[in-house]
Amino acid sequence: MQSKKLGWLLLSPTLFILGLFGIFPFIYVVWVSFHEWNPFAANPEKLFNWAENYRKVVFDAQFLASLGVTLAFVFFAVVSEVVIGYLLAQAFMKNFPGKSFFRTIHTLPLIMAPIIVGSIWKLMTTPSIGIIPNLLDTWFGIDLNIGQSALAAFSITVIMDIWHWTPLVTLSLIAALVSLPSDPFEQAQIDGANKRQVFWHITLPMIRPALIATVFIRLMDAMRTVDEVLMLTGGGPGSATRYVGVHIYKEVFPRTNYGYGSAISVIVLYLSIVICWLLYVSLIAPRNKKG
Amino acid sequence: MKRSNPWLAVLFWTFLSFLTLFPIYWLFVISVKPAVDLFSTPDILLTAIDWQNYVKVMNDSTLRGYMMNSLIISTGNAVLVTTLGFLACYALTRFDLPGKESVFFWTITNRMAPPAVFLLPLYLLLTQVYVIGDFKLADTHLGMILVYCTFNLPFAIWTLRPTLDGIPKELDEAAVVDGASAWKVISDIIFPLARPGLAVTLILTWVFAWNEYLLAATLTNFNARTLTTGLSEYVTTTGTEWGVMAAISVFTLIPALIVFGMVQKHIVAGLTFGAVKG
Repeated sequence: MQSKKLGWLLLSPTLFILGLFGIFPFIYVVWVSFHEWNPFAANPEKLFNWAENYRKVVFDAQFLASLGVTLAFVFFAVVSEVVIGYLLAQAFMKNFPGKSFFRTIHTLPLIMAPIIVGSIWKLMTTPSIGIIPNLLDTWFGIDLNIGQSALAAFSITVIMDIWHWTPLVTLSLIAALVSLPSDPFEQAQIDGANKRQVFWHITLPMIRPALIATVFIRLMDAMRTVDEVLMLTGGGPGSATRYVGVHIYKEVFPRTNYGYGSAISVIVLYLSIVICWLLYVSLIAPRNKKG
Repeated sequence: MKRSNPWLAVLFWTFLSFLTLFPIYWLFVISVKPAVDLFSTPDILLTAIDWQNYVKVMNDSTLRGYMMNSLIISTGNAVLVTTLGFLACYALTRFDLPGKESVFFWTITNRMAPPAVFLLPLYLLLTQVYVIGDFKLADTHLGMILVYCTFNLPFAIWTLRPTLDGIPKELDEAAVVDGASAWKVISDIIFPLARPGLAVTLILTWVFAWNEYLLAATLTNFNARTLTTGLSEYVTTTGTEWGVMAAISVFTLIPALIVFGMVQKHIVAGLTFGAVKG
């Protein structure tokens, strides 16, 4: 039995740093969310206005629409990333010539900055000067205009996210898959289990912790996407790709509604925490306690 | 089980690599195109190469400084969060601490914060609150290393936990019974077994820190400006210099590639480790 003191000691630097840079800013944002405040104005005074900001958020059609498109974006992007990422990780379990070379290539998008990814996809998809609309037009006669079609803009942001982040899923799942013991798989083969049974009854339960950790990370990061989408579409056309991260950014910077932006942030953060907490309690916590 | 043809796999991966590489190829194309050609109908193949954007970037000494800052900040941050995350996960998986699941969950909530609104409180903390004498955390390497912990430390803890959970507790319990100190258990038993997971965490947190933009753009103004903020300096009132931006982007890729190449060896070492164990 090891002493609890040592356990807390090992945790303390983490708690200390996250406390200094996580809790204080959070308290500040909650406090500001009860004020009307434009810090960039000539007279930057905080006016306490009770829960006015929160009342506004609930009736803010733009925010609610933004929440809707965000959930759609997160859903399509994360589900595709997990499915494709798993299939690719599984494909890397086999041996074939040039494996590590291909693995390196497949990981390249991951090392690119979101702001660069946003710029490059903007350059590739801008109507008339972008390569993708041009090729689609000459090869298939498809007119892709992310400046006008909401669906096109939405799809391109999803595709960009898939291109950028699938390697993260692949990489973590490779790490999980290689550390699996081979006995259960050999046993399953002897017992004549088919591929689907092996996947549902052996692979999935065994990689579950790593899989869930990866899904969580992707879920959270997709929820707060800003730079990439801001660069690519600026939230447009209209508000088709105005995801909550972008929405908050636009409230705070061009429109300088700092108090209102804070209220939205608190609500978004609260929603993310509730969603993740529910998933966590039902999926991970029981497992950790058992172990 | 039927054996698939390995060359079929090669064909598949070659095709996929074209899809993966195309945006990066296009970044390169933009970076070597003369500015006038940018706004004409694009050609998929390069017709002429013009290195002037690279010459411009190479001669820009501020960008060299930015690159150094980026290297210091992301390396410092990745090493710090991987170490702290490793120790924290050891505590979380090996000790029976009251409320540890809540602590564990709380760490991750730090990554959920929508960044735009948190820029200002962090700025105030760094310029006005965390001040020791004349020393301010704002615009210093240390300040950025600590601020990046808010999103990287939760990540490290979350990716390392399954790794440490996967290491049988009997191994270190036996060592404790034999009288090994906690430090010895961590360094001699847990660390070698957790190496593949640590390598993945190190490279990913490094990349996240290297690529961060919003925080760096707000919290630094001269001494600790990073390479990604250098990009935005080419968005000017007279229009964006896409060519130069692309050339800088290519430069930001190179160190990331080198770091990735170095750490990938350890991931591969992890691969053989898995094979030996299985």
